[in-house]
Amino acid sequence: MLAFTLRRMIQAIGVMLAVGIIAFAMFRFAGDPVNQMVSIDTSAAERAAIRKSLGLDDPIIVEFAHYFANAAQFKFGVSYQFRLPVADLLKERMPATLELATCATILAMVFGILMGVYSALRRDTLLAKAFQAISLIGISLPTFLIGILLIYLFSVTLGWLPSFGRGEVVKIGWWSTGLLTLSGLKALIMPSITLGLFQMTLIMRLVRAEMLEVLRTDYIRFARARGLTTRAIHFGHALKNTLVPVITVTGLQFGSVIAFAIITETVFQWPGMGLLFVQAVQNVDIPIMAAYLLMVSLIFVTINLVVDILYTVVDPRLRATISRPA
Amino acid sequence: MTQPVLSLRNLQVEFKTRRERLRAIDGISFDIAKGEVLGVVGESGAGKSVTGSAVVGLIDPPGRIAGGEIHLSGLRIDNLPPEEMRKIRGKRIGMIFQDPLTSLNPLYRIGDQIVETIRTHIGMSEQAARKRAIDLLAEVGIPAPEKRIDGYPHEFSGGMRQRVVIALAICAEPELIIADEPTTALDVSVQAQIIALIKRLGRDHGTAVMLVTHDMGVIAETCDRVAVMYSGRIAEIGPVQDVIRNPLHPYAKGLMGAIPTLTGEDLRLVQIPGSMPRLSAIPPGCPFNPRCAFAFERCRVERPEPIQRGAQAVACHLYDSSLKESAA
Repeated sequence: MLAFTLRRMIQAIGVMLAVGIIAFAMFRFAGDPVNQMVSIDTSAAERAAIRKSLGLDDPIIVEFAHYFANAAQFKFGVSYQFRLPVADLLKERMPATLELATCATILAMVFGILMGVYSALRRDTLLAKAFQAISLIGISLPTFLIGILLIYLFSVTLGWLPSFGRGEVVKIGWWSTGLLTLSGLKALIMPSITLGLFQMTLIMRLVRAEMLEVLRTDYIRFARARGLTTRAIHFGHALKNTLVPVITVTGLQFGSVIAFAIITETVFQWPGMGLLFVQAVQNVDIPIMAAYLLMVSLIFVTINLVVDILYTVVDPRLRATISRPA
Repeated sequence: MTQPVLSLRNLQVEFKTRRERLRAIDGISFDIAKGEVLGVVGESGAGKSVTGSAVVGLIDPPGRIAGGEIHLSGLRIDNLPPEEMRKIRGKRIGMIFQDPLTSLNPLYRIGDQIVETIRTHIGMSEQAARKRAIDLLAEVGIPAPEKRIDGYPHEFSGGMRQRVVIALAICAEPELIIADEPTTALDVSVQAQIIALIKRLGRDHGTAVMLVTHDMGVIAETCDRVAVMYSGRIAEIGPVQDVIRNPLHPYAKGLMGAIPTLTGEDLRLVQIPGSMPRLSAIPPGCPFNPRCAFAFERCRVERPEPIQRGAQAVACHLYDSSLKESAA
């Protein structure tokens, strides 16, 4: 088990190194950073001094090692547009994105699993068919369109919910949360639905398909023959076996939720990392873009790792194969 | 005579398809007494397993019981509401399936599965149920049960898993065990152990056993009586020694002739020409008539009813006493 975890962690570090090279290459190929920092009338001698002080005249390998060592300590340089350390900017924006993504994922899981189980067990009811239709809409409508439709309905027409921003936030240490104020919660509703809808339909369809599959297995038949209650069979035996793939997909999708948040954050002017990234692209703010790339990869890699470990918690068969590698 | 544990009266099971109704079980009747082991043999598709499923009320739609009655110790159970039937399954009728590798939920410890079943049927505390589970595992021959009870199904071999399945089937002391090909998925040496175990449990607890199989060796070794099924009907039923040594129905004769013997000289095994008809194409009269060497006009027209011949009952026109016994 420990060896397995270690092996997966080493792989994760490998992936992060590769991403680091790409992020580093962005600086190399997107112009001379010194030119972007100084004004036109800076003398050549001064430029050379800056270059030397930033370590930009070192061999490329040394420079990369330097960059990576800094990145590992979350030092990503200074933003061109804000003149502030990128790490501080990300730190300021991260809570907004993480709260949004977490909220969307919880929403997607709760409703996705409920609707999936229902439409598997009561396949022929009208409600189950309605869920199928909704899931089709959720899968096919683009995120920004759903967001705009929601804003039109609930903000413009009905005036119930704010159309942009996070509402009032409360600071807990460096973390700013919108979960503790009414306006913060109200502001969270529409972006969460917009961001979570696709995941919800995905989970719902997955749960339904898996559940139907599991209900056909011999051990469910045997559970019936043992006279267990329908509730125990459906929610104890069948649902647990359904959850293994659901955990994987939800876990892996959490990374995409954060990445997809770029669109949702833009539509709702949500002050998170995604919005920061879009602004950085518009202003060719390479330090922010590179840091964002690294952060998102780090989240993806971490989630992958956690999902792999979670598997073994749910499925005892994997524990056995892992502790005794073939 | 004491009341039989299981009594089937003219049971019929139908599967409704878009075009027609297929009759998988067409009017079978038999009794199983307390402590008796009844073997049910026949080719694949003869309706052996469907009969077992019908008794526990687990026929999957579009199949349904279309007629006849099932009685369990005098109680009619074929028309019980689902919740009443559920309480009988596992408590009064235990079931053993063919494949022990897939019968157990892979994500739960075997102990949890046994405790869950015990507590569903018998009001018992968690600890008492666990203690009972350990006793059950010991009874079905699992070594070190107090340790193994916390194992997961994948940690057991096929034979050991089938023992766990048997422990699950008997955990509420059922009156009847239906074993649906319990040894088919196991290798030969383990088969013998499992058969011996089922036999011993039946004897010790006075449980009636319905043993579905296509293995004549298992039948000969285990059963008191045997029913030979063909195309959803019983061709012949009687005490196991009589049916094996002196089969009456031409199909039963063919079946017994197809058993290889160790002492047998280098003779070819008898083969029944043709194959069992599909459910959608069962011929009128006796379903066996197209393959039967003794078939005559009446067999193609009239369905034979069971005729008592000593301890055996045979559904064949050859034994109709109103007819001169010329061909028997």
